[in-house]
Amino acid sequence: MADEPHNLGPLHHSTAPVVAPGLTFASVTDKISSIVLKRKTPLWWFLGFALSFILFQLLLLTITKLVFEGIGLWGVNVPVAWGMDILNFVWWIGIGHAGTLISAILLLLRQKWRTSINRFAEAMTLFAVAQAGMYPIMHLGRPWLAYWLFPYPNTMGIWPQFRSPLMWDVFAVSTYATVSAMFWFVGLIPDFATLRDRARSKPFQLLYGLLAMGWRGSARHWHRYEMAYLLLAGLATPLVLSVHTIVSFDFAVGIIPGWHATIFPPYFVAGAIYAGFAMVLLLTIPLRKLYGLESFITMRHMHNMAKVMLATGLIVGYGYVMEAFFGWYSGNHYERFMIWNRMHGPYSGYYWALILCNIITPQFLWIKKLRSNLLVLWLLSLVVSIGMWLERFVIVVTSLHRDFLPSSWGMYQPSTWDWTMFIGTIGFFFTLLFLFIRFLPMISIFEMRTILPDAEVEE
Amino acid sequence: MPQIFHHSTNALAKLTIYGAVFILVALLWIAVELNRSSWNTGQWVERQQPVQFSHKHHVGDDGIDCRYCHTSVETAASAGLPATTTCMNCHKQIWADSSYLEPVRESFRTGKPIEWIRVHDLPDFAYFNHSIHVNKGVGCSTCHGQVDQMPIAYQASTLQMEWCLGCHRNPENFVRPKEKVFDMQFRQENKTNDEIAEGRSLVTKYHIQPPNVLTSCSTCHR
Repeated sequence: MADEPHNLGPLHHSTAPVVAPGLTFASVTDKISSIVLKRKTPLWWFLGFALSFILFQLLLLTITKLVFEGIGLWGVNVPVAWGMDILNFVWWIGIGHAGTLISAILLLLRQKWRTSINRFAEAMTLFAVAQAGMYPIMHLGRPWLAYWLFPYPNTMGIWPQFRSPLMWDVFAVSTYATVSAMFWFVGLIPDFATLRDRARSKPFQLLYGLLAMGWRGSARHWHRYEMAYLLLAGLATPLVLSVHTIVSFDFAVGIIPGWHATIFPPYFVAGAIYAGFAMVLLLTIPLRKLYGLESFITMRHMHNMAKVMLATGLIVGYGYVMEAFFGWYSGNHYERFMIWNRMHGPYSGYYWALILCNIITPQFLWIKKLRSNLLVLWLLSLVVSIGMWLERFVIVVTSLHRDFLPSSWGMYQPSTWDWTMFIGTIGFFFTLLFLFIRFLPMISIFEMRTILPDAEVEE
Repeated sequence: MPQIFHHSTNALAKLTIYGAVFILVALLWIAVELNRSSWNTGQWVERQQPVQFSHKHHVGDDGIDCRYCHTSVETAASAGLPATTTCMNCHKQIWADSSYLEPVRESFRTGKPIEWIRVHDLPDFAYFNHSIHVNKGVGCSTCHGQVDQMPIAYQASTLQMEWCLGCHRNPENFVRPKEKVFDMQFRQENKTNDEIAEGRSLVTKYHIQPPNVLTSCSTCHR
């Protein structure tokens, strides 16, 4: 094993190497694959998995009850017919965006530092999209008919409503899930082969062997592989922008005050990346510590991610300011009331908490010292994650509960089952994540090897 | 290191990848076919009734008008089923001793109606009214088939929504003159250009609503 220098302090973060010095091809492969194949599964893994799995049961319980009793189980009702289910959908799908940004856009921009975190972030994307997808399907009320959303030759003789943004959502999210899954899987193929070759037991040899799809690492394999990976990256790149743009259309195409705003697409995309990076930080900081991966995921990664978070946070902050400004500048009675109601109405607490979480708190990231403190960074990421949840709550609930007609005003209170569903999806997310870190290489082995100093070719 | 897989698995792998495409397409096709098959829709399936009643005999041989039994077809949503007394109008004289008709006589004696089995059963979420169709020139046989040739009645159409919309989108292809509505021999569908031209003029004449009204959700799902 190579040395693991822990003190990286003196190096300036922007010029610091992407990985710690002293790593070799062999040690990289050893270290990452041993987590899956050799090392004893740590106790915290079992504890974490058990806890997630228990919470996951809450989701199954809620869904079962929901199927039998209908969505009246949730707190949604007129006027707030889109409550926790839609805001959690937006929250989860937003989180996924960091993965796609890291894997696709940073790949095309040749940002080498992405290599240490892309596999993990992509997995996070997939698992988050899986949670997100469940909400609108369950919201249908008759989820077993969800396939009606797809345009297929049906006996009803009609197409789905193509003019509805909810229909666009179906395509945006299903495309996103498919491309993300393919990108993730293709990226894993050479690593599956490594695991296949290193696995000792026959079942694991077979399992990883099947997944590796006959990968032998020949020059021809690599040539085709690089091409395929680049093409998928090209496909995934527009998705970073398109998916959340279309999610924002769910609101922006509606005429409800507070939804009908042209700023929604860019502001939603920035918010998604903001929330996504917060989640990546939230997960990598403990994982890196627990598995001793400091030499792979260095302080440079932390700084870079913190900076992306700060930048997108500022865009989101600009979005809030503009929302308020246009509410006032429109001169429209309803828009003005909507903004006033957000700030002073019954849900004003949520609004100001959101401002605190999403605009004020990330300003600490300007300070390098705080950015370098992993505990602070972790807490900031947690605050941002909560803030982004609050943002969706404010958008969904405060706009709906006071619309044009005072006679149709009402209040929204999430029911217990709203919360069990949300906690259940968190449980499901972490269940998948724990299985992922146990059975698959959480850092791309072959890509890590390419960024080592050994890999540099002198001409 | 020994090979984990035999080299023939290469061919197998390729086969499964390409095969998957065909299998998926085939499964989809089977699902679509099953969905439209009479196994699912009940089309063409003859329904046995508590009495051996033949539409072929009563309509085809005897020439009884539809409305003699289905009295409310021109005025109500339901075409109506005849009371036992309607049967007895004739059968107190004709075939009065036939053992086939014992259930009818029993119903007449006890006053308990005969429990006919419904042949054309629309789902409850679809609103359907016979009178509007009959009064706008939609013939009985267009939906129910040539009943005068059915010894045992069966469901003549799929009753699926695409079948309803086939007419609601293009009523000119099906509409006939009002006086021919109960004519079992009249064509069920307008096929030639002349027939369709006639259908089009009837659509205007009978003030049949344009397709955007006829296919509005709430026209049938109220």
